[in-house]
Amino acid sequence: MDCYLCGTFFKKTNRMRLLKILHIALLLTVLAACRHDDEIFIPERVEVSKPEYTAISGFYLLNEGNMGSNKCTLDYYDYTSGVYSRNIYGSANPSVPKELGDVGNDLAIYGSRLYAVVNCSNKVEVMDAATCVRIGQIDIPNCRYIKFHGGYAYVTSYAGPVVIDPEYEQLGFVAKIDTLTLKEEARCIVGFQPDGLEIVDGKIYVANSGGYRVPNYERRISVIDLTTFKVEEEIDIDINLQYVCCDTRGGLWISSRGDYVESTSKLFCYDVRKRRLIAEIDVPVSDMTLVGDSLYIVSNAWSNVTQSAVPSYSIVDVNRKEVVSENFITDGTDAIIRKPYGIAVNPLTHDIYVTDARNYVNPGYLYCFSSDGVQRWNVRTGDIPAHIAFCER
Amino acid sequence: MLPTATAAAFAGDNPMPGEGRVASRLDSMQYLNEVVVVERTTSRDAVIPAQRLGGKKLESLNALSVADAIRYFSGAQIKDYGGVGGIKSIDIRSMGTNHVGVFYDGLQLGNAQNGQIDLGKFSLDNIEEISMYNGQKSNIFQSAKDFGAAGTIYLRTRQPHFTAGKRTNVKLTMRTGSFGLANPSLLLEQKLSDRVSANVSAEYIYATGRYKFRYHKVFSDGTLAWDTTATRRNGDIHSLRVEAGVFGRIDEGKWNLKAYFYDSDKGIPGAIVNNVWKNSQRQWDCNFFVQGQLQKRLGERYRLQVNAKYARDYMRYLNPDTTLMYIDNKFWQQECYISTAHNYAIISDVWDANLSVDYQWNTLDATLRDFAYPTRHSVLAALATAAQLSRFKVQASVLGTFVFDRAQAVAASGSRYMRHSSRHEFTPAVFASYRALSGKSNVLDFRAFVKRAFRMPTFNDLYYTDMGNASLRPEMVDQYDLGLQYTFSNTDKHAFFHGFKLSADGYYNHVTDKIIAVPKGNGQYRWLMMNLGQVRIWGADVTAQANLRLPGDVYVDASLAYTFQSARDFSDPTDTADEAGTYKGQIAYIPRHSGSAVLHGAWRSIDLNYSFIYVGERYDNSSNIRANYVQPWYTHDISAGYTITLGGVKMKAQMEVNNLFDQQYEVIRNYPMPGRNYKLTLSVTI
Repeated sequence: MDCYLCGTFFKKTNRMRLLKILHIALLLTVLAACRHDDEIFIPERVEVSKPEYTAISGFYLLNEGNMGSNKCTLDYYDYTSGVYSRNIYGSANPSVPKELGDVGNDLAIYGSRLYAVVNCSNKVEVMDAATCVRIGQIDIPNCRYIKFHGGYAYVTSYAGPVVIDPEYEQLGFVAKIDTLTLKEEARCIVGFQPDGLEIVDGKIYVANSGGYRVPNYERRISVIDLTTFKVEEEIDIDINLQYVCCDTRGGLWISSRGDYVESTSKLFCYDVRKRRLIAEIDVPVSDMTLVGDSLYIVSNAWSNVTQSAVPSYSIVDVNRKEVVSENFITDGTDAIIRKPYGIAVNPLTHDIYVTDARNYVNPGYLYCFSSDGVQRWNVRTGDIPAHIAFCER
Repeated sequence: MLPTATAAAFAGDNPMPGEGRVASRLDSMQYLNEVVVVERTTSRDAVIPAQRLGGKKLESLNALSVADAIRYFSGAQIKDYGGVGGIKSIDIRSMGTNHVGVFYDGLQLGNAQNGQIDLGKFSLDNIEEISMYNGQKSNIFQSAKDFGAAGTIYLRTRQPHFTAGKRTNVKLTMRTGSFGLANPSLLLEQKLSDRVSANVSAEYIYATGRYKFRYHKVFSDGTLAWDTTATRRNGDIHSLRVEAGVFGRIDEGKWNLKAYFYDSDKGIPGAIVNNVWKNSQRQWDCNFFVQGQLQKRLGERYRLQVNAKYARDYMRYLNPDTTLMYIDNKFWQQECYISTAHNYAIISDVWDANLSVDYQWNTLDATLRDFAYPTRHSVLAALATAAQLSRFKVQASVLGTFVFDRAQAVAASGSRYMRHSSRHEFTPAVFASYRALSGKSNVLDFRAFVKRAFRMPTFNDLYYTDMGNASLRPEMVDQYDLGLQYTFSNTDKHAFFHGFKLSADGYYNHVTDKIIAVPKGNGQYRWLMMNLGQVRIWGADVTAQANLRLPGDVYVDASLAYTFQSARDFSDPTDTADEAGTYKGQIAYIPRHSGSAVLHGAWRSIDLNYSFIYVGERYDNSSNIRANYVQPWYTHDISAGYTITLGGVKMKAQMEVNNLFDQQYEVIRNYPMPGRNYKLTLSVTI
């Protein structure tokens, strides 16, 4: 009996061995396609143009990254080498867990420091403007845009105090931050979902959007007195305001997003000295930047008729208060831009930079145009390239 | 625990009672050796068999939910957001979640709102068998809906079966382990008469859903750059499921009626991003349905099946985070469904024809501003025929789907009006197989199918405030499949090699008019659903199973599944500028290689199980660059079970260790999965 069993057993073990070998072979194949430790991202360097020497040495570009992706990244373009470096934050700050964060919303340089407002990471990241090395962070929930004045940073936020009310409503605020200590010193409650802000003649003008209250959008600009840090006035403009910037004559340029249905995106000019609205221009605005007397605007207005977005690239003369260029891209290369999203203009060379967010989830592109609207170069960026800050020497 | 013929007769997708071969097939499935079946087939059986998991094998897998078990099928990918309460949806052959039909005891589970079934919600506690079909279940005597989806999962709940002389079965189970899991369940089965039996099954799940996870990065020389460990929070769940059914046999037929209730309150753990390690969003679900099924043979040639269902679903989503937009939305869905299938044997066991007609009514109500309050009437009609000519088996069907929607819309003037729209599609399918070898122990079948399927735009696609697009067309998919299956079953029941099965399929799927979200005009992250996508999928599914009988009553069964998928994005031919271009890029979260291995051994009352799952490298986007790279993951799970029977009471204990090597991985970016975790199951059957 024993013998019989043994005999059978040994004969079978050969097959078992074969199975075992097969199993190990499988495991090996699998292990060949193994995990490896996640490495710190080494910036990708692309030479896009010839070196250029001016008082502006380069610019940072903030990629927003789609919500939840944690893909807010920083790129840098160096004029002196013509090299574009993608995704530089990780290697400059290898000890920061989960890198820069989720959804960048604004970028600025003040003094020697670079400030990135990271909306869904509820913080303003403060870095050295020369090296991009992290100095610290300012925690501000749902922070949106940043401006500076007299050693202070002013940041808008949607996350004001909650009003317990059946119609749940929550005002936003502007935070005042000491740029030396990085401490928040005061908060000033403004309107609903404040976005862009501008500081002129001792006052902060805050554009309230009311974006969380669809369809009851906000219409007001909140005016904060810098010394008292209190709202002293509210100005009715239009629904869903987004950006504000002031020209040298006290003309405050305000963009409204419209309601995306009937009311279209528009541009307004409010004279801060005469304290009245002096112009309303029917030009849609996705992003705008003021250099000299030219307000450069990109837009992507939705047409319900064609069920598609119509990109536009216009220049408004803030002196004449009218559109002076319907398309500042003169060589026809605007045809390759999918979704113009952000704009910046080099204040010295007047080169124009347009970012293309494409479909929000794939990498975008940055296009550089000369001041006469001819494309000089383009480069792939991170996801949703949007905000540019120039570095002066 | 061999089932009786009664149980077999009620088996979800088996044809008619009183057919001995059906019982034998179920026997083998219930017992260890599910592959060892060689039987004569008729025109009535599925042309291409399913991948199945059932019986002890299903019990031994360390799976809590249906989704955990489906991972072992070749060709299936699970999107898993982690944890006990996390959403788990299935994608078959890269066609997308919305193309998968999930049937619960023969009737399709619906979600007219977003078309997705969260399989994490379905616990395995009361599931007896899971089967997955590519294309459709190629068995013509079925409702029109069974012909509809591009891939189908059938969940069959435990049907009452009684050993001789018993009238009542009681089973009590308690599961506990990691994540603060407390999961008691109860099953009662009662024989009411020779022909009628009933059951009640109830289950409660509580879990804190907490687990440690670790993220770290290294420098290129391998030294640590940063390393952080945190606890996953807001993944808690409370859920209650109660089901009751009555099952009956009538002359030349059978019927069943069941009611299902599920209620849950859970946290949505959310994405882990810089500076945000915890979220607070919550979701409440309440699902209820009643359904019934009747099958009867009338005369020699005619068989009738009637299915009916009424379902009500409630869902509430709350974002209480005061730093974000406060959202408290409630949704209510209703569904009424009735189906009749008429099967006529033109030549008995050789040539059958079938006509099925279904009608369905869906509504969606929500607390959203400017909501469209859509109502949908659907009529589905399927004409099918199946024939078996010696070694050839062929089945052809055509399904006509007619959908009529009514929804409120806002005119430019601001006034509201009713907008009516209708869509219809005709989708044909042909399934064929050829038995090249039909020996006593060797069977070799070649099979092929061609099928066109589509998914209707869901209520969310069409009417979701702002994002919906009422002009959407259905999303189409054409499937072509060629494969074979070899089965060896040893006639000598005492031999070492008990049985062996190998199946391999190569396929090509072409998805057109894919419904995708595209950016819309000005403003941030405003999207619109559009028919702009196109995906081409070349793939291969291979499965192998072997059953061994070792000396000393040791039974071993081993199975392997391997999936290759080249699922590429052909949506935008102009997006080819550089390596980041999406054109021809592998689509999001589909690995090229994935697979599983299961080794299960039984010796008398001891069961041991080892299972391994591998999902290869993926990208979270069809732009296949490093920034979008997602690491492969693989987990090893083991379990041991011991059963004792004392005076008619069967007691079983099962201990599981999952993710044995504590791999820190993500299925979806920024959704960390649990590391090593444990589960203990104790059950008593009286």
